[in-house]
Amino acid sequence: MDAADYVISPLIEPRVEEGSKDRTMVLNMGPQHPSTHGVLRLVLEIDGETVLRLVPDIGFLHTGIEKTCEAKFYQQVVPLTDRIDYLSPMSNNLCYCLAVEKLLQLEIPPRAQFLRVLLNELTRIQSHLVWLGTHAMDIGALTLFLYTFREREEILKIFEHVSGQRMMGSYFRVGGIALEPPVDFFERVQNLLKMMPERIDEYENLLHGNPIWVRRLQGVGYLSAADAIALGVTGPPLRASGVDWDLRRDMPYSGYEKFQFNVPVSSVGDVWTRYVLRVQEMRESLKICQQALDGMPSGPLKANAPKVVLPDREKMKTQMESLIYHFKIVTEGFAVPAGQVYQAIESPRGEMGYFVVSDGTAKPYRVHMRNPTFASLQALETMCVGRLLADVVAVIGSIDIVLGEIDR
Amino acid sequence: MATANEKDAVLQAHAQNHAIAALLAAKPACITNARFDRGELTLWIERDDIRPVCRTLQKAGYNFLVDVTCVDWYPSEPRLQVTYHILSHSLKERIRLCVMVDTLDPEVASITPEWPSANFYEREVWDLFGVRFGGHPNLRRIMLPDQWEGHPLRKDYPVEGYR
Repeated sequence: MDAADYVISPLIEPRVEEGSKDRTMVLNMGPQHPSTHGVLRLVLEIDGETVLRLVPDIGFLHTGIEKTCEAKFYQQVVPLTDRIDYLSPMSNNLCYCLAVEKLLQLEIPPRAQFLRVLLNELTRIQSHLVWLGTHAMDIGALTLFLYTFREREEILKIFEHVSGQRMMGSYFRVGGIALEPPVDFFERVQNLLKMMPERIDEYENLLHGNPIWVRRLQGVGYLSAADAIALGVTGPPLRASGVDWDLRRDMPYSGYEKFQFNVPVSSVGDVWTRYVLRVQEMRESLKICQQALDGMPSGPLKANAPKVVLPDREKMKTQMESLIYHFKIVTEGFAVPAGQVYQAIESPRGEMGYFVVSDGTAKPYRVHMRNPTFASLQALETMCVGRLLADVVAVIGSIDIVLGEIDR
Repeated sequence: MATANEKDAVLQAHAQNHAIAALLAAKPACITNARFDRGELTLWIERDDIRPVCRTLQKAGYNFLVDVTCVDWYPSEPRLQVTYHILSHSLKERIRLCVMVDTLDPEVASITPEWPSANFYEREVWDLFGVRFGGHPNLRRIMLPDQWEGHPLRKDYPVEGYR
């Protein structure tokens, strides 16, 4: 196909009212629009300022990651998963590794589980910080963005310290974690945890009493619990509609059953509630991080499965057997017993699931990602119809979309 | 593929499972195969029964459609395995339904009347695998441009695309 063949269809035609000169207007929002958080195109039919219809048009960021996965070894897929939801790379790593570990029926040592939980909760906090900063910026509160990105940078520095990369860490491996974290890693996390509650108070001070913020959010983008379930909404928007469901508590994975935390729920169902719940979630995540730090077990970081997990560098250089395993895993990958598994985790945006099918070889037969905002995007029309055009921006911000994971 | 013995054994061993109990009470013939593997229950469903099965599961407490996707088992026929993941918030259980379709007539009834969220998922399966969903309100490509030829996630579609 040539570039000229790509025709962008109008999707909606304006309607003319019979016996009147009035007609509705079709407005194209995106793909390049600062408040669509990426390359999302929305086609809106508006009557004055009121939204009558809304059709999302996606796929601008489609890179065929699912197809690429089928041509890679199991361990080579891990760096691809980072790039799906680029605001919560560690959640993707975890979800994929858990799915393959389920296929292999590997037992993960407790220290690796705790580290995974700790890093995932840090990911949740940094993802929520990006959401809060950009959401506020969409509404017009530009200052907050600078505050949240200051703290996000601290978390990214920790990620860089531990994995060598700020964003695309690929720090998790099938069977555990790549490397022992550096010596001052825990101290840095502890300093962050000490600082954060105060900083979250600071954000709330900036927003809670701000009359513009309150009026732009309260009562906007209502979604009932029944609609949320019917439209496949998960995560904070589902809990803001009154459904008490969090996979970390209800279907625990990676040792979450060992942690105590509250799941904030409310039944109001508007944009304001989603904002309040996400901020509360950050505080709960801090609690989980603290518990992970305090209870961090000692022991190995990798499962005892020499045919799957790469040997330590030291062993590889001194022991013949380890060298052979290292060579075999790197050149041939590791075979995974045939089967189909679906593994879901609670990502910052909702239920993220990996459906991995193995045919017994060293490459996955099929990898499918169930991404939370792909489904939540379907609820956008329900939340926006009948409301003002300016509310669309607030609603998009409140479902916290990431186009990388929608288009894959 | 599981054998007939495996199906009966799984259905017997999990007779207490709400989904299996409800489906056996409604129409036992709709289940063509069953497997319990790595703690996950998979039921293969007769192609024409998918909508009634979804309604039965909804009544049995499975309220949330998590995902619809597909697996291509090329070159065996019927090769396309349309896969539904369904979750129950009250029972805290998941179930996987599979419908096998061949490429001569790749069509399944759409479950958008039961779960409106199936809309995007089914469009994605149509786009990337070429499975038509009968009764879908808006079965257009979702990821790729409308003029795209072929369905890239099929196994006979090269990874680097047609050159």
